[in-house]
Amino acid sequence: MVVRKNTAYYIKRTLFYLLIGLLAFVCVIPLYWMVRSAFMKNTDIYVMDPFIFWPSKMLWSNFTSAWNSAPFTKYAFNTIVIVAANILGTLLTSSMAAYAFSRVKWKGRGFCFGMILITMMLPGAVTIVPQFLIWRNLHMVDTYVPLILPAFLGGGAFNIFLLRQFFLAIPNDLDEAAEIDGAGKLRIFLQIILPLSKSAMIVVALFTFLGNWNDFFGPIIYLNSKDKFTLAVGLLQFQGDYATKWNLLMAASTIVVAPCILIYLIGQRYLIEGISLTGMKA
Amino acid sequence: MRYKEKKLLNAKTKSNLVGWAFALPAVIGFLFLNLVPMLLSGYYSFCDYNIIRKPVWSGFNNYISLFKGTDTTFWLSVKATLLYTVMAVPANLIFSFAIALLLNRDMVGRAFFRSLFYLPCILPAVASSFVWILLMNPDFGLFNVILDFLHLPESKFFWDKSSVLPSIVFMGIWSTGSTQVIFLAGLQNIPRVYYEALEIDGGNAWHKFWSVTLPMVSSTLFFNLVIGIIGALQVFGAAYIITEGGPNNASLFYVFNLWRQAFKYMDMGKASAMAWVLFVVVLLATLVVFKTSNKWVYNEGGDQ
Repeated sequence: MVVRKNTAYYIKRTLFYLLIGLLAFVCVIPLYWMVRSAFMKNTDIYVMDPFIFWPSKMLWSNFTSAWNSAPFTKYAFNTIVIVAANILGTLLTSSMAAYAFSRVKWKGRGFCFGMILITMMLPGAVTIVPQFLIWRNLHMVDTYVPLILPAFLGGGAFNIFLLRQFFLAIPNDLDEAAEIDGAGKLRIFLQIILPLSKSAMIVVALFTFLGNWNDFFGPIIYLNSKDKFTLAVGLLQFQGDYATKWNLLMAASTIVVAPCILIYLIGQRYLIEGISLTGMKA
Repeated sequence: MRYKEKKLLNAKTKSNLVGWAFALPAVIGFLFLNLVPMLLSGYYSFCDYNIIRKPVWSGFNNYISLFKGTDTTFWLSVKATLLYTVMAVPANLIFSFAIALLLNRDMVGRAFFRSLFYLPCILPAVASSFVWILLMNPDFGLFNVILDFLHLPESKFFWDKSSVLPSIVFMGIWSTGSTQVIFLAGLQNIPRVYYEALEIDGGNAWHKFWSVTLPMVSSTLFFNLVIGIIGALQVFGAAYIITEGGPNNASLFYVFNLWRQAFKYMDMGKASAMAWVLFVVVLLATLVVFKTSNKWVYNEGGDQ
């Protein structure tokens, strides 16, 4: 009896792992397909019979030719500037706001926080037209200002909310002890709250990196000159110009995707904790 | 000096000043990136406003021409978006809930699989869309090879008006990692005792699922449903990157159409009216889900 139960158990377990393994396999197919095609001769991509699982000769040269067929070095530089500025601005101003909303008592706090929370529900499409017109009147279209300045103005409701949740979990005794020792609110923020919130700050930095690295909606609206494009928009442009060169397009895509995967591998533990903490994503 | 300062500003005023100072960038951001644009877009929606000329008040003209169908694309894009929402929201919820249920079992390598299933979410939409274009190519894509292998009929995927929406939904299922993670967090919050109690009463796996798991995650399900509907109504990327609204306007998503009115045809008045219609619809959809939620969402603490 016991033995039979065990057999059933093992069959069940095996089926379970087979199922989840199959799902994992399906999940990575697109990535596999991208890398596979990036290494192939373009004519081989059109061959379906016999089916080519992996190129017999890996063409590393696809990566250099893809990179050199468009100003990708320039795009990469532009993207890094935008991403870095956004990370800096978001870390600075969202943590400040989160601090004000969690550990300082002031008149209007609840109201302001409520308003900022509501913006999370606001469809981006509602504000994009007037936002564009405002930047246009300020003669800021085709500059990076519309893509960077918002990060220095709070850095988005999601990040403020995430950091506030985290700050609330830090015991109040620490502030009180510091205040008795004569520390002001600014010193408490810089020397107690921020150092204790490293992991939350990392989550915000990671989300900001990914959000801006991957963003194409902002750049297609605000940037016109080709030499100001980001990698995501450069990739879009590349597809328009080289629609039939699938191997080069996949090589370029692989290069743009690689930093995301690298960052994800380093920070995925923090990211997933961040989502579980707030119950949402950026 | 210090003593004097303390005397001048009493603690309450000082706290108020400090609070406002720390929140100031975010408050300015709220005003100039959200509130002012909202009001402006409301005003423009009542204007005849082509970007080259100044806005001229035109009453309800924009709204009337939208609803009367003077521009046929409005209703086409409403239809495409609603169809997409009706397909994508349940598909994403069911799939990500199923994945979360699998990941919630006792298993080796849970963290690994969770990270793997989340991975597609962090990829640039542009790059992953290109891969899907290649995978779903009717002539030399992998998917038709698989369909052939399984002796199923081939599909034209993004390139046929009847298969384009299911194809976009399928592509979307691939990147539901964040929904999965939220479901999993909800599942892991269910106290084990509930299951143990049911086991003592002789309940089987089905009973456990139906009378413990489902009620206990109903609030998570509710949250994901709201977020899912709001997101689906604003679908944009696939239309912009892959289909350009085609074939035959079958994937002319609402926000894509809005973007086109604003930034291709420069009709800021009509685009603003469309934006407000969307805003109201999103608000109504959220309200309806909230209103009906007390019928099916179980709150352990009674009212919350």
